[in-house]
Amino acid sequence: MALPGFLQRERIVARPGFNRWLIPPAALAVHLCIGQAYATSVYKAALVEDFGTSQTAIGIVFSIAIVMLGLSAALFGTWVDRNGPRAAMFTSACFWVSGFVVGGIGIQTGQLWLLYLGYGVIGGIGLGIGYISPVSTLIKWFPDRPGLATGMAIMGFGGGALVASPLSRQLMSWYDPAYDPATPGSVPSGAAVAALFFTFAAVYLVFMMFGAFIVRVPAEGWRPAGWDPASVKRKSLVTSESVSAANAVKTPQFWLLWVVLFCNVTAGIGILEQAAPMIQDFFRTGDTSTVAATAAAGFVGVLSLFNMAGRFVWSSTSDYIGRKPIYMVYLGVGLVLYVLLATVGSSATWLFVILAAVILSFYGGGFATIPAYLRDLFGTYQVGAIHGRLLTAWSAAGVAGPLIVNSVLDTQGEPGSLVAANYRPALFIMVGLLAVGFVANLLVRPVASKWHEPRHDDATTSPTPARSAVR
Amino acid sequence: MSTSISKEQSGDGQPAVHTPAAFIAFAWTLVGVPLAYGLYQTVKTASSLFTG
Repeated sequence: MALPGFLQRERIVARPGFNRWLIPPAALAVHLCIGQAYATSVYKAALVEDFGTSQTAIGIVFSIAIVMLGLSAALFGTWVDRNGPRAAMFTSACFWVSGFVVGGIGIQTGQLWLLYLGYGVIGGIGLGIGYISPVSTLIKWFPDRPGLATGMAIMGFGGGALVASPLSRQLMSWYDPAYDPATPGSVPSGAAVAALFFTFAAVYLVFMMFGAFIVRVPAEGWRPAGWDPASVKRKSLVTSESVSAANAVKTPQFWLLWVVLFCNVTAGIGILEQAAPMIQDFFRTGDTSTVAATAAAGFVGVLSLFNMAGRFVWSSTSDYIGRKPIYMVYLGVGLVLYVLLATVGSSATWLFVILAAVILSFYGGGFATIPAYLRDLFGTYQVGAIHGRLLTAWSAAGVAGPLIVNSVLDTQGEPGSLVAANYRPALFIMVGLLAVGFVANLLVRPVASKWHEPRHDDATTSPTPARSAVR
Repeated sequence: MSTSISKEQSGDGQPAVHTPAAFIAFAWTLVGVPLAYGLYQTVKTASSLFTG
């Protein structure tokens, strides 16, 4: 299907003199909006009460959205690469905003299936397309600092939840005066949640369209002033060749990185999933914990900050030390920290907090660095599509992580009576997963030349293959 | 946006553009303000770990 003219890639090729520092805010405008997906817990209790259903029935909404994120990123990745970031951001905005509208109508009319369809399926498609939409564009604008560039955007995804959580509480307290976010146990009405959904739809539409309309792609052969592509080629594992998405999934490198991402994300979710009860259980004596509920909520905030900061700091660091070494840190040092958390984490609160915070920074870093790792191995040609396919590892980890932790804790006792020792089996499973990821990362080698796309004879300065010239 | 960007002719014949610094600052402010709000609120919540 032909795109309207204003969305076509040819219309957004930047002219000489365009300032590339306009691209990160375009990417952030999208990622800050779709990052709301991690703030759904704010109104979960309200939906459980409004629909008169179980926690699981409402929790499924988030699970559907994350599964749809992975599926849509994998399915539409090639379309995103072919049509460019404006078409992708525009489409993502339409799906994400429609998801809120349909979901809001579902809450308003008491139709749970509409919430599943709206926020879960339609919104989830917007999530997947939006997540990958700016990635390859950023990599092309910042060939000298791809880790920094993708780190900024993916930091925005983490930041989106930090914005949406307090904003949701504030808005719902306006829509339902009986709701007081400061009072424990206070729950907003379903109508307030529906109104919140409609408000988000309007605000996110404006923000995401702003991103879509300021984004540009660099002209063929463009490079930053004073930057020499040869300086990149000299680094091991970094290719100046191009591999298509269809071929990338046939290489062992793709699947090794799939395992790396899966293990890193699963290990991070292991802590994120249980953060608040976990810190209380680690410092429990009998029926009481030395960590109060408010302090436990503060711990979740600390983890969110480190998760977000890790996306930017570690991904930027990878530009200097290389992608493979930084994943050795995420997985190797992460493994040691997990062992320390399991064995001596309960000896002092400050030690527990530091260990968990650094582990979560590695979790964020793993997300943010993966696009640059893919660029190094497969080139920029279809890196967005390859990234989309790799995000199925996130969907799988989103199911596996909570499943591992919850099923292990279920065998250890009742919530509210667990202590540090009850967490050890789950934590050591995560240690094993990190070891698997560490080995997978060690096995990554440059992609075999048989997978490279044919090049123009004169294309010594541009890695774009002949095929892309006619697309 | 192209309408807000002044145009001139570059050396290779293509029309060149100059992206106004004010527009770049506006774009960064638009995404920076909500992010700063989120960070402030989260730091406030996180501080209860040390005071709560």
